[in-house]
Amino acid sequence: MTITAIERAPAALARGRGGGGPAPKRTVVAYGFWIFLLSDFVLFSGLFAAYAVLSANTAGGPTGAELFNLRNVFIETMCLLLSSYTAGLGALSAERRRQDRFLIFAALTFVLGAAFLVIEAREFARMVSEGAGPSRSAFLSSFFTLVGTHGVHVTGGLIFLLYMVAQVVAKGLRGAVLRRLLCFSLFWHALDIVWVGVFTLVYLMGAR
Amino acid sequence: MLGRLTWTAIPLDQPLPLYAMGVVGLVILAVLAVVAVKGWWPYLWREWLTSVDHKRIGVMYFTLGLVMLLRGYSDAIMMRTQQAIAIGHAQGYLPPDHYDQIFSAHGTIMIFFVAMPLVIGLMNFVVPLQLGVRDVAFPTLNSVSFWLTAAGALLINVSLVIGAFSRATWWGYPPLSELAFSPDVGVDYYLWSLQISGIGTLLTGVNFVTTILKLRCPGMTYMRMPVFCWTALASSMLIVAAFPVLTATFVMLLLDRYLGMHFFTNDAGGNQMMYANLFWAWGHPEVYILILPAFGVFSEVASTFSGKGLFSYRTMVWATLGICVLSFMVWLHHFFTMGAGADVNAFFGIMSSIIAVPTGAKVFNWLFTMYRGRIVFTTPVLYLVGFMVTFVIGGLTGVLLAVPPVDFVLHNSAFLVAHFHNVIIGGVVFGMLAGYNYWFPKAFGFTLDERWGKASFWCWLIGFYLAFMPLYQLGLMGMTRRLQHIADPSWQPLLLVAEAGAIIIFLGVLCQIAQLYVSIRTRELRRDLTGDPWNGRTLEWATSSPPPAYNFAVLPTVETIDAFWELKRRRVKPAVQPAYAAIEMPRNSPVGFITAFFAFFIGFSLIWHIWWLVLVGLLAVAVTIMAFGWGDDREREIPVGEIARIERARLAGGPA
Repeated sequence: MTITAIERAPAALARGRGGGGPAPKRTVVAYGFWIFLLSDFVLFSGLFAAYAVLSANTAGGPTGAELFNLRNVFIETMCLLLSSYTAGLGALSAERRRQDRFLIFAALTFVLGAAFLVIEAREFARMVSEGAGPSRSAFLSSFFTLVGTHGVHVTGGLIFLLYMVAQVVAKGLRGAVLRRLLCFSLFWHALDIVWVGVFTLVYLMGAR
Repeated sequence: MLGRLTWTAIPLDQPLPLYAMGVVGLVILAVLAVVAVKGWWPYLWREWLTSVDHKRIGVMYFTLGLVMLLRGYSDAIMMRTQQAIAIGHAQGYLPPDHYDQIFSAHGTIMIFFVAMPLVIGLMNFVVPLQLGVRDVAFPTLNSVSFWLTAAGALLINVSLVIGAFSRATWWGYPPLSELAFSPDVGVDYYLWSLQISGIGTLLTGVNFVTTILKLRCPGMTYMRMPVFCWTALASSMLIVAAFPVLTATFVMLLLDRYLGMHFFTNDAGGNQMMYANLFWAWGHPEVYILILPAFGVFSEVASTFSGKGLFSYRTMVWATLGICVLSFMVWLHHFFTMGAGADVNAFFGIMSSIIAVPTGAKVFNWLFTMYRGRIVFTTPVLYLVGFMVTFVIGGLTGVLLAVPPVDFVLHNSAFLVAHFHNVIIGGVVFGMLAGYNYWFPKAFGFTLDERWGKASFWCWLIGFYLAFMPLYQLGLMGMTRRLQHIADPSWQPLLLVAEAGAIIIFLGVLCQIAQLYVSIRTRELRRDLTGDPWNGRTLEWATSSPPPAYNFAVLPTVETIDAFWELKRRRVKPAVQPAYAAIEMPRNSPVGFITAFFAFFIGFSLIWHIWWLVLVGLLAVAVTIMAFGWGDDREREIPVGEIARIERARLAGGPA
């Protein structure tokens, strides 16, 4: 129905209590992506819970204290945290339509993220070669799954980043591209938050 | 080349499923042939398969649920028949291996591919209309969700002819579901079909939380939203918070099975009790994901057909949200007997009983809504009354089972089977059927036949009581669930009654099919020209039946709850606007269909270890998504002239 009479009613009255009408697209996209990230956190919380339950079940195999190299993990962590910083600077450049700067920060973010992955892959390879692979014990199953799922997310994030760089180069920093960049930023920072949990719960507490 | 897949995967030694699938296959082929001969493919592809319109996606979800209901029902009647005849020396007609697959498939299908699609289908169709907007937040994602669910459903049905299905129940407890005890593809079919459809469901949750919180017509504050939208919101929030847990749990079980890990194995430090905890941390909220929207339907039905506003709207909203929170604090009652100790059991027992409080409040709200109302006894109202009586019984046996000592006696018995069928049929199924009868005219522009609808209701109601009340008694007599053979002949009379009940439910299903057939045949007589066949109260009745693609030519502005009722009260007539603005609508997109097409092959080839096909599928999905993500031109504009033409035609047709 075309509701003529009520059309005149001041919608402003209801604003602030959720009555302001449909939100703009940018808000909707970012909000939806936030909700999706929340669901990703829930996924990780399941893996964290499994790690917490199984971390002592080493089945006579190596423990975290024997396996973890905190120095490497620290470098790895710094790479990821720094990459979040550069990603943030990239997002600010994009907001100001500074494409050249954005591309430099995107490149830095990619290199730091890739460095993180290389360090992680080398750690995994070393552990497997020492006979401490994911099928050795329940502890190692949960370790590889939790850390590996984060690694898969970082890999996905890097592909996402490359794809966004291609979009920016091909189309420039336009509305739709900026919305997608916003999602990428949210995703990348969310991975940082998860990693802080991994670093604390898995490495710092496990290396003792 | 084909991994583990060989000719031995076709179960030639078990002719029953092959015959069944042969018939189903012929029916599908016949339908496809008719569609091809009539030249309907282009229409079907353009208007339905690639549609991103929430109304069409809703209809497709609901249809999927109804079709899978037939599959789930045939499993049910096979089990009932086996239990009714395999008594004493008789062995029945289903060997244990086959019987185990049937009860596993029955539960899996009924929960994931019947109840979920019905609930999500109604949400899809109704929520944007009730919110007074034009679509959901992410229309193309919505189509992806639907097709992933359909791909999961297809995969689970493929297990009938290629390989076998899981024998490890619908919750798949390890160690039985581990490779050591279930070495064949059955559990893999279970896991991958649920993973694929689970992603679809999760995306639906994200979509609807965003839609309801961010896209409402001007003036629709939270406390002016129809109750169905509130329940859809609660249900979607539960999906977002619970489904990832299921995904994570299944990932762990898959890693155990595929990469030899030890999350839930007997050896190397695995912990099966963790699976039970994780599974039900999803599983209990899932129950409320299903039932809350049913509560929403009944709230709409009670208020519309009583000609009154819902009694104590605020309590209804807070009760919904209360249940939403409490549903995450009760999961342990699914395994009181696991040995968590008296204190833990007491906590979860009390929390489980507390859920009865908001639920009870709701029942009183519906009763007081009807009290002194001018009740029109339509089919949805019959379902409402049947639901209130039946659901209260189911709720009470639930509270009984929430008492740990009682649960120690009754767990794993037919009593439990009776309890959850009592709440799921009496609650979810009745709710969905009420919603089907209630919103059908909005979707298709003509009402459903009341006589067949009522006949169907009575069959469902009587059939339900006959089928499940005996199971309560049998449970108390000591009959455990999932029995392929009954040792005690004194149970036979009650099992025969249950069998009769199951057959009467089938008559109910037949009546529904007849109702649909008769209604389509006589549709010209039962056209809904006003868009408001029930004297409705909420905004979905303010537009035509079926609504135009854009739902509302001008977004309504609301000032009260029951916004449409308020308009009618003030005698505001619908009128042709002097000027319309062009409307941007999302373009249809094959992304959902293509993604799900490849997702099906990814699932199938993972099950059969056809690794190259997995890679091809993953690559294809990635390319599809990236191609979609590249485009900017996703909206089409409906020109002013077309809108004016549609609106004029509509207002001329109906009594303005």
